[in-house]
Amino acid sequence: MDRRRLVTAALVVFGLFAAWVLFIGLPRWYSKRQASAAPATSAAAAAPAAGAPVRKITATLYYVAEDGMALVPSQREVPFAASVPEQARAIVEAQIAPTAPPIVSAIPPDVKLRDVYVTERGDAFVDLSGEIATKHPGGSLGEIFTVYTIVNALTVNLPAISRVQILVDGKEVDTLAGHVDLRHPLAKSLEWIVHDSH
Amino acid sequence: MPTVSVAALCLLTIVLPAQQLSSAPPYTVVTRDARRPLAARVLGGQEMFALDDLARLFSLTIREDAAAGGITVTSGSQSVVLSLQQPLASVAGRMISLPAAAVREGRAVYVPVDFVSRALAPIYTQRIDLRKPSRLLLVGDVRLPRIAARVEPLGSLTRVTLDVAPSTPHTVSQDGQRLLVRFDADALDAADLRASTTTDTLLNVHVGDAPQVVAIDLGPKFASFRAADQPGPAGSTRIVIDLVAQTEAPAQPGAAQPGAAQPGAQPPGAAQPGVALPQPTPPLPEPPPVLDLPPAGGLRTIVIDAGHGGDDAGARGVQGVLEKDVTLGVARRLKAALEARLGVRVLLTRDADQTVLSDQRAALANNNKADLFISLHANASVRPNVSGAQVFYLNLAGYGDEAQRASQVRADSLPVLGGGSREIEITPWEMAQASHIEQSAAFARDVEAALRARVPMSPRALQQAPLRVLVGANMPAILVEVGFLTNAQQEKRLAGEAEQNLIVQALVDGILRYRGATQGTPLDDGRGRR
Repeated sequence: MDRRRLVTAALVVFGLFAAWVLFIGLPRWYSKRQASAAPATSAAAAAPAAGAPVRKITATLYYVAEDGMALVPSQREVPFAASVPEQARAIVEAQIAPTAPPIVSAIPPDVKLRDVYVTERGDAFVDLSGEIATKHPGGSLGEIFTVYTIVNALTVNLPAISRVQILVDGKEVDTLAGHVDLRHPLAKSLEWIVHDSH
Repeated sequence: MPTVSVAALCLLTIVLPAQQLSSAPPYTVVTRDARRPLAARVLGGQEMFALDDLARLFSLTIREDAAAGGITVTSGSQSVVLSLQQPLASVAGRMISLPAAAVREGRAVYVPVDFVSRALAPIYTQRIDLRKPSRLLLVGDVRLPRIAARVEPLGSLTRVTLDVAPSTPHTVSQDGQRLLVRFDADALDAADLRASTTTDTLLNVHVGDAPQVVAIDLGPKFASFRAADQPGPAGSTRIVIDLVAQTEAPAQPGAAQPGAAQPGAQPPGAAQPGVALPQPTPPLPEPPPVLDLPPAGGLRTIVIDAGHGGDDAGARGVQGVLEKDVTLGVARRLKAALEARLGVRVLLTRDADQTVLSDQRAALANNNKADLFISLHANASVRPNVSGAQVFYLNLAGYGDEAQRASQVRADSLPVLGGGSREIEITPWEMAQASHIEQSAAFARDVEAALRARVPMSPRALQQAPLRVLVGANMPAILVEVGFLTNAQQEKRLAGEAEQNLIVQALVDGILRYRGATQGTPLDDGRGRR
């Protein structure tokens, strides 16, 4: 009788342990593994893992010209990604990264990339954090530069993307600061670009 | 055995996923006939409706495509394709974004509340109006105007201003110690209605006994009232009710004026002697009279848009000069100069520090059949050395095929009563500017040349861009950036009277140039209007 009890108790303990492993332990371990794998691809630009060379591509990014009247293209290395949305993400991440003088970006500081979606028609939706609007200094020219920095960084580097729509905090917006119409995806515009590379 | 059941219980609690479910107060669905609650819950920080609830409410068909991870929601012949992975939906073929992706909980699927306004409303046969602040979902032809009240003590008067959007017919009458404003509506959207302050003549403002009545509780000193309507922004009405207090000397009990007090409805001579008489409201400042014949060149009405305003300050100078103040200053001066020198009717999109939506700005010009639209702005740059004025007109390239099509007049045939058909020209309202681009370019060139003669110009003074405020304007339209507030020198000058007068002078010259160039020819090809 005592033995049967012992066996039952052992079975229950084992059952509990097995359930823990199956429903909590394994998923935890697995998600940790994924989490540590993810930054290796997306944040490689910041800290390339020693010994393991990360594949890079050269992309054209845009910054505000010294006279403030145009966007200047600049060749930068960004991490390679296998899919168009991932590559788009890497390019936007590099484009919105803080710059050191004398380089000046048309993207306000502290803007974070929330997500990038790409449709089959080649429209990219770039979802940026609210700082893109709240920290924007305003003015038609300033806003044109901000918008076309993002639009051109994607359409010039990725032929699969033909138009870009900027979303703010996941929502479609009228404008960033009251000027450029953001209710539709915008096509590439080279009108604001000068061609003397940094 | 107890141990086994305890173990089973443990297992169950482990297996069941920790749900981050919490319920939110329900929305109220208001139709012509009924009101009923619609449950909402918060999932992942977003308010959501169950898709099944919406399906029942709107008779939707829901089909799931497990392979594609999408859900097709059909209403009549049109459908929305929802994604469970991305906060996106395709509405009758057009992509829209949602605040969050749809969420599956067991067998139920939840969608963000904005799904109703962004995805369902465009394809549903009846009007759907989601009012998040008041947690209402209006379906069909429900008249539920929003009412907001403001109370201002003005000496012996107390002024109650009711903002009613959209405009709704109403009557004002006295009922004992209350004034009743009765609206021709099904109910009122007036959740927070209350008096911000009380006076001798006013105790409170609230929704009355019937759902379409606003009651104003009168104070002990109340003698009489007068009421008048004023047009408000974007199709709203402002009802101004002045409550007059009793004067101290001839105490006249029961001096209150009974009966309806629709403006102008009071027959002259109906007043009793000694009774404070409801004065006819002083007439609103009228725009200058419009001449029957257009002056030479066909310029009759010009709309000037003072950029930004209210919560939106626009660009900010290094010394703190705000764009919204500069634009309003220039706009007011320009209005006075144009009225005096050209004898035209000039309307401002705002004449105070107030928030005006982009659509309202162009709509004011369209509704008043303006001949020209000028949006005034001040610029900003991340480079503080940048300076000079710029003139913009709309660039259609960014809009793709839609705009190219709109720029060509499309004629459609409509059947006419009694047989036959009639050709009508159709331009999508949203793209109204498309058919005026050439005139806008000419107008921009004239204004740029006139500005160049008087104020410092940017090296890129004449530009095109997809500007929000211009795209809906159904007349030649430009946006003028008068200078850079981020340039300390220019900021100081732009805030001053001298520079603002120079800019105004230049803009008047530019308009005169454009009028001269178009003299003898119609200002506009007249497509789609007049």
